Formats: sequence, structure tokens, C-alpha cells
Amino acid sequence: MVKLDYRALGLKVGLEIHIQLDTGRKLFCHCKPELKNTEPDFRIIRRLRPAMSELSSIDPAALWEFRKMKTMMYEGFNDVTCLVELDEEPPHEPDEESLLLALAVSKAFNAKVFDEVYVMRKVVIDGSNVSGFQRTMVIAHDGLAEFLNYKVPIWTISLEEDAARRIEDKGDVVVYRLDRLGIPLIEVSTGPMEYPPSSIMEVAWLIGRTVMNTRRTKRGLGAIRQDLNISIVNGAKTEVKGVPELSLIPKVIEYEALRQVNLLKIKDELINRGLSKESYTPDLIDVTGAFSSTKSSIVKRVINEGGMVAALKAPGLRNILGFELQPGRRFGSELADRVRAWTRLGGLIHSDELPGYGISKEEAAAVASRLGVDSFILLMGPPGNELQEAARVIVDRIKEAFDGVPEETRAAREDGTTYFMRPRPGAARMYPETDLRPIRITFELLAKADKYVPEPIDKQIERYTSMGMSRELARQLASSEYSIEAEELIRKYEGKVNPTLVASIFVNMIGGMGKDVSQLNLFQVIDKLLELYVNGKVTREAIQDAIQKYVEEGGGRGIEDVINEEGLWRMQYNEVESIVKSLINNGVKDKGKLISIIMRDYRGKVDIRDVEKAINELLNKG
Amino acid sequence: MAYSERVKALLGGIGEFSRVRVHLKDGSILEGLILPRPEVGDPDVLLVKLENGYNAGIHVDKIQAVEVLGKYEPPKVEVPPYGTVMAERGTGGRVRFVATGGTIMSRVDYVTGAVYPSFSLEDLYLMYPELRNLASIEMVNLMSIFSEDMTPTRWSAIAEEACKAFNDGVVGVVILHGTDTMHYTAAALAFALKSAPGPVVLVGAQRSSDRPSSDSFENLYAATLVASQANFAESVVAMHEGTSDGVVAVHRGVRVRKMHTSRRDAFISVNHEPIARVLTREGKLIMNTSDYKRRGQLECSTKFDDKVALIKYYPGMSSELLDYLVDKGYHGIVIEGTGFGHVGEWLLKSIARAIESGIPVVISSQTIFGRVNLNVYRRGVELLRIGVIPSEDMHPEAAFVKLSWVLANSSRDINEVRRLMLTPLAYEIDQRTRPIDYIVKPSI
Repeated sequence: MVKLDYRALGLKVGLEIHIQLDTGRKLFCHCKPELKNTEPDFRIIRRLRPAMSELSSIDPAALWEFRKMKTMMYEGFNDVTCLVELDEEPPHEPDEESLLLALAVSKAFNAKVFDEVYVMRKVVIDGSNVSGFQRTMVIAHDGLAEFLNYKVPIWTISLEEDAARRIEDKGDVVVYRLDRLGIPLIEVSTGPMEYPPSSIMEVAWLIGRTVMNTRRTKRGLGAIRQDLNISIVNGAKTEVKGVPELSLIPKVIEYEALRQVNLLKIKDELINRGLSKESYTPDLIDVTGAFSSTKSSIVKRVINEGGMVAALKAPGLRNILGFELQPGRRFGSELADRVRAWTRLGGLIHSDELPGYGISKEEAAAVASRLGVDSFILLMGPPGNELQEAARVIVDRIKEAFDGVPEETRAAREDGTTYFMRPRPGAARMYPETDLRPIRITFELLAKADKYVPEPIDKQIERYTSMGMSRELARQLASSEYSIEAEELIRKYEGKVNPTLVASIFVNMIGGMGKDVSQLNLFQVIDKLLELYVNGKVTREAIQDAIQKYVEEGGGRGIEDVINEEGLWRMQYNEVESIVKSLINNGVKDKGKLISIIMRDYRGKVDIRDVEKAINELLNKG
Repeated sequence: MAYSERVKALLGGIGEFSRVRVHLKDGSILEGLILPRPEVGDPDVLLVKLENGYNAGIHVDKIQAVEVLGKYEPPKVEVPPYGTVMAERGTGGRVRFVATGGTIMSRVDYVTGAVYPSFSLEDLYLMYPELRNLASIEMVNLMSIFSEDMTPTRWSAIAEEACKAFNDGVVGVVILHGTDTMHYTAAALAFALKSAPGPVVLVGAQRSSDRPSSDSFENLYAATLVASQANFAESVVAMHEGTSDGVVAVHRGVRVRKMHTSRRDAFISVNHEPIARVLTREGKLIMNTSDYKRRGQLECSTKFDDKVALIKYYPGMSSELLDYLVDKGYHGIVIEGTGFGHVGEWLLKSIARAIESGIPVVISSQTIFGRVNLNVYRRGVELLRIGVIPSEDMHPEAAFVKLSWVLANSSRDINEVRRLMLTPLAYEIDQRTRPIDYIVKPSI
């Protein structure tokens, strides 16, 4: 792929980091903020519809018809969901602990706290919020986060409720689980930054880490989620939601920048070709007849089910429909995204992909001659509104191409590419939560928040280096997910175990394994190993080998069993002595050579200090 | 509440809904719309709707200056004159909507975040486009009150409006009503319209219509469907059957009761099954019974007596409360007794005094479900001997409404009142209670 010059492109990226809080209760009710993986206790069915003032752009009847078909199924639990999540009871007063945490984070990022905070309803009708809106409040504005060598403008810090978990989309029914709904989230929004993609990833990580230093955040999968706002000069601000992993951030940015570059190329090409928006109208032509003896199984199935093949003229778009925007994503994919988002159709086929999908060259030619253009789009489905609506949204998108990059909210895929979710709302659709009163942020509240103010990452690193860790290790530990556990064990074995050893266990051994500490009881295992090490039962090297074996086995056996099986107990001094003796007797007299042989053959079982002592004694004796 | 003098001084002449740039003393800048000061909170705090949609307050002490950028004109609420009938054709019979209050129609102005009630028929069709396929809707704005401000006099006004609508030739009437006292009004209309050419359907929302999850959409759909298509001609309430969407229960007005402060399925038929259900997705009306008043000639008796009291007996309740009602010239009293319909023995004298003064005393039960029976225990027998009227299987509010109607539409002779109170007029009394008619815990 072409390497992009981000500076020349004027790439700007803003971050929205969402961090789940681990508080005593949910933000607007008194349920425990806990995720469940058991069979739900109950299920309910709901439907949402857009509120009145949103009915402007689309024919309301059509929109209603469309929405009416989509049903939400909510899975609930008697112990972690109550009437509030079901939208059957007004919200309770916001959780004070969550508010204090948001104030503390605001302080840490030098943001200016508002004097009165209002809970707002942000309209979201995808079903992820049972009420049809997410409750959110802005706590502070205009901050500056400084870590390492980054200076990050903080626009706002908000406190909001998490949405329900999407479990399954069955087509007609979308299944959500209510356990997550209402868990407090802190949202940190940065201003646009001009750092390269890899640095943006690091900034995202550092923001998350700082909030985690409040020690009151959830951990593990999904506890921190990030959205990106990406733009280039002459492009448009694209919001990318739900980047699943931090490590994907650079790729998502790169692909989005690329997409915008390519959309701008398409814009230029459209103008070069002398095309104009007016040439595109949502008129469908029935071309089912051209496929009467088709070999295409897709087309056959549609026709057998009583459906039709409808063609939409796309004059002049030859090689534009198939123009690649991101790896595997073409301009035609953008059109198909819109069709999928607004209608119940599965997508479309465009002329640049023909022959293909079993459609022959002759069939494509027949359609082209019927239409009188060589570029076109085929839609398939039951005759009626859906096809017509699809034609409309396709034409809208083609027209947008003349202006370059449309403002969109997109969703990230696992491979870093993105797809259209919805247009970016011009202004956020927000109105006040009428069931709650404004919160006056008093000096008392601010003082109370002090005890939650997280330690800045730079301070944390300094503290680690003062313990004797190298700067690199300190930095790694500070940005590790396990710094809390590591510190606990450093404290526990103070004066007995070098903090560097503890830190490197977590950073190098656990960090590299991609395992969750909580899942395998690794914390207890490491604690046990350190205890054995302090008591002279195992060596430094054995710690690593034992952990590795333990993790490989999926934690199936106790750590002492692992040490037994692997023969990792530390050798008694007299055994070391007899090994040294027999090597000397066999003619190895060089100290360095002796050490390297023994450390090679008895790795993990012998302590280097024992070996050195035995060699010194025996060589001197001899 | 208004802003404090200090905020007013800071703003100079800058008015509410001005688009402004607020310069803070810490050097930061905020842009947004000045909103009116809410009723609660600190009057020294300026409320701004920020560009990102959030509302946030800044204390006057922190503000350096406010600069005007423009002005926003919030939408105006147009309230059509009370009593004017607006009409617009749809497909199907004429159904008249009578609005009495509540927020079954509201729109959000996202610029200011304000929620406005709406009263126009165009807005109704815009908001509920599917209604156009059910009926030709006419709408009249009768009153705009909270449902807790309802009175027997206002029941009369609503009943008259319903009768007027039927006289105008509509096939059904839908009453838009706040939910708190909806079941009282529904019972009142059941007695006021002894016979009618079509149903009177009361409908409301437990979640207001500004939210996408509002129950109003399906409730209103079901109410319109019932009003235009049902074979029965009774006063009913159409509200969600369960917490899920998809089914709206149609309850007899005399039987229904609001049993929950907030749930969508707050309305439950007491000692009775809902008369019908509407499957909203399929657009189907399913009857639970074939025993009902059919569409027929209009017969209206719309008066109600507002000198009727409904009081709840509680352990230790003083007889003074009853004496007070008698002394104040009340025309009738309904007492919510305990269990089968009992009260403390120290009330017997005062009850006897009321009845001797010609004031009928009806005994109902605070258990809500079940039948009053004054033959089982001695206290009941004593009450009967004094001359109280048992409410049978009517719940207390239904007994209260019925007594109010009976007193206004009879000679008030105590024997006549007793006879009417014990005579089923609108399915409010049934000698049979089936085992399935006790539902206090709806399934999820």
C-alpha cells in the first residue's frame, strides 16, 4: 500500500475514550454494575421509533414502516437489572461516587469543572438504550493532559451511562443484554491532534491508564472503548465507533485517511469526466427478464421467491464503482453500506464487478443495452418500497461523491476497515432529562473528589525508577494493565524481592502472554512463586518457566504440581556441589566454562549464587 | 425562577435564547445558547446549551463577559381554541379525539432542548402516521389539565363532549387523558353513557411521547382501532398489557385500576378480565368475551355529584373524620374498609348517624381484589344492621364514581340509592368471580 504522508494530508485525529467505572452501583439506579454470562432470568420485547422532530429528512410513514419491523429483545437478570433499565421507572439520583470520579479525572487532566451539571438525554434509536436515549452529563471542559512528551487538548469530560450489550442480530429481532446498561462511564474527548497514528494509539492508552489509576475502573475486555474522529484537509470529520482494540487504532486511522484521499480522487475524476449530480435519479428499471435463464444462484433464488431484479442507471461511473478506497472496500461498498443501513436489502451488485456472482458477461451486456449506459447498479428483492428506498439512498450517496467526503459515523471492523452506520447528526440530538434536577458542583464535592485524583503517569514512572527499575521497565509497567497487582506484590515483598523482578514478571512474562490475570488466578500464582523464591525453594529463572507452563496448561494444575512435574525446585547446595565436583573431576577447570555448562544443563533448578560459591570453594581447594 | 440580579447585570440586555460566546475569567471560552433559568438550582448560575448539545451551568463569579452572536426563535406553541373540532380525512370511520391533558403529543426542539406539547391534527398524523389507515380523525381540545386536577364536574364535561361527538355522527371516541385518574374518568363515562353508538376509549402514556420508547404509540394505535372497529360500545381503557410492546389490553372502565406508579402495564382489570386485547403489530382486535353492550342508540346522563367522599379506614382512625363529612353536608360516603369491609367499632356510631341523616355509606375493601362480604364476621353484620351498602366486587374508586353518578341522577332517597348501587349498570358488578380474575403480579 502507498505510504501516506500524514503531515502533508493534514491528518487530524480526536479521541473519545470511554472507561467503565467500578462503583458500588449503576449510575442511575441501585443495581450492581456487573456483567452476567448466565442464562437471563427474563426477556422483553420492545420497539423504538424516532421522536417527532427527527422525522424531517425521510418520509415518516416509510421510516415507521421500516422501524416497525425491527424489534428489540432485551435480556434481563433479577439481580443486576431493575425497572430503571427496563425504562419502567424514572432514573434515580446519579451515583455520587461516579460523579466524584469524574471530578477527580477532570482535575487530573486540568479541565475546568462546570458549576452546575445537567443530565441530558442523547437520542439513540438503535435499541442499545431501552429508553431510546443515553443519559449523559458534561462535567468539565478545556483541559490539557500532559504525559511523557505528549500535550493533549482535552475538550470535555463527561459522565454517562453505558449502553446495553448487543448479543445477536437475528434480522427482525436484535437481542440486547441489559446487564451493562447503566454502568457508569467516564468519557474523555480530546481535541484534534496532529500526532502520527501510532502516537494516537499511545495517547489513547495513556488516557485510559490515567483514569485506571483512580483504582475504581473496570478491567478486562470492553472496559475501555475508544471512538475516533478522523479528518484530512478537504476531507470531512468521520467518526469511527467501536474500535475493538487499542492496537487497531493506527490501522483504522491509516485506512480512514486512505479512504478520504481516494474519495477526493473520485471527486476529481467525476469532475474530470464532466459528470453532474443531476444525471442521477432513483428510477428503477425492471430487468428481471434479462435473467430468465441465469446461472447465478443469487439471482435465481430472488426470482424463485417472487422477487425482481431492478437496475439503476449510474452513467459515467465505470471503474469508479469498483475503485478501491480501503483494502477490499470499493466505492460500490459505500453504496451497499447505505442500502444495508436504510433498508432490509442485503446489498447490491454493480457493473464493475460483472461478470461475477454467476452473472454472465452476456447478461451484463443485455442489462447495459437495455439501460443504454455501461455502468449501473442491480438491486434484488421483492417489488415495492424497499427497492425504491434503496435506489434513493444510492443516488444520495453518488451525489455526495461530487462533494468529496460525506460526514458520517462509521463502525470499525476487526481488520481496521470501516462501514457506514449513520450520518453524523448536525447537532447532537440532546435534551434535558426532565426526571432529574441539576447538580450543583460545590466546594465540598470537589474536596471529596480529591481522594480519587489519579496519579499522573509521569509521576508513576518516576516512582518506579526510584525503586531501582530501569526507565524502560518503569514506563512499561506504568502502561501495563497489571501495575496495580505488581505494586501490591512489590509492597508485600519489600526488602526481600527486587521490585525490578516483580515488575518484569508482570511486564515481560504476563504482559506478553495475552492472558487476563483475573482469569487464571495468576496473581495468586505469582504471589506463591515469590514466596517460594524468598524462602529459597525456587530460583529466579524457575519463576518464568513455571508461569509459562502453568499458563500453557490453562491453569489446570496447581503451581506446586507444575514445579514438581517440571523438576523446578531449587537444588540443595550439596547437590550443586557434587555436580561441580564431577565436572572438575572430568577435567573442566575454567570457572566461566563451568558456570555456562551448569546454567545450561540445570537452568531454572540452580541458583547462580550457589554455583559460584561451589566453584570458588572447590577450585580453591583443588 | 429567574436569574439573580448579578446574572441579569452581567447579561445587560442579552435575552434568553441568544446565541453567545461566554468569556470565562480562566481564559477559556464557551459558545452556546442562553437558556432560561430552571425552576430549581442556583440563580447565580448561568445556564448555557453548549454547541455539543449539553446543558451546563457557569457561576457568575467565573464569567468575564458575554458576547452576543445571534438570536434563536424557539417554536411557538399554538393552542387551538378550546372546543373547536379539527378534522382530516383518513381511511375508515370518523373517530373523534378529545384531548384533556397529558403529554401524548409532544415534540422536542433540540436547539433549546425544550419539550413542547402539540395540539394540531397535522402533528398527530405526523407523529402517528399509521392512524391515517385506521380512521378519519377529528380532534377537539377540551381541556388541558393534569390528571390529578380532574373533578366530577370535569367528568360531566368530558361525558357531554363524548355525547356531542356521537350526536355529530362519529363511530367512536378516544379520550386523551393523563394516567393518574384515568380509571375514575373511565368509570364515570361508563355510567354517563348508558348506551352509545360506539366505544369511548380512554388512552394515555406512562412514558411521554418525546421518548422513542414511549408506550403512547401503541396505546393510541390500539385505542383508535377499538374506537373505529370494535363491536362493543362501552367506556374502556386501552393501555399496555405487559412491559413488552406488542399487546394493548382493553379494560372495562368500571373495572380497571392504576396499580403501579410507573410501569407501562400499570392498568389492571380488578376481579375481571380485560374485555379485549389488541395485537398492535398485526393490527388485530381479539375479544375475550361476547357479553358486552353493543353499538346502539345514544343515552346520556352526564351529571355527577361532587359532594361524595372516598375515605380509607386505617387502624385507629377517628370517628371525627366521618362526623365532619356529615356536618359539612356531604351527599354520600365510600369507606375503604379492611378485609371483607370492616372498620373499628368506634366508627359504628358515626356511620349510623350519617345514614340516619340520609347520607348513604358504601363499604368497599382496601384489599382491592375480592368481594365485600358483611355476613362472615360480627363487625360486618353490625355494619349491615346499621344500613351500609356493600360495594360487592367493585373496587373502591369504581364504587365512589358510581355513588357520585347515582346521587346526581336519582332522588337521593337512600333506598333508591341502595337499589341502584347494588344493580349492575355497566358490568361493574358480577356475582361470579372466576379464579383467573385475580392478577396482582403480571408476568414479565
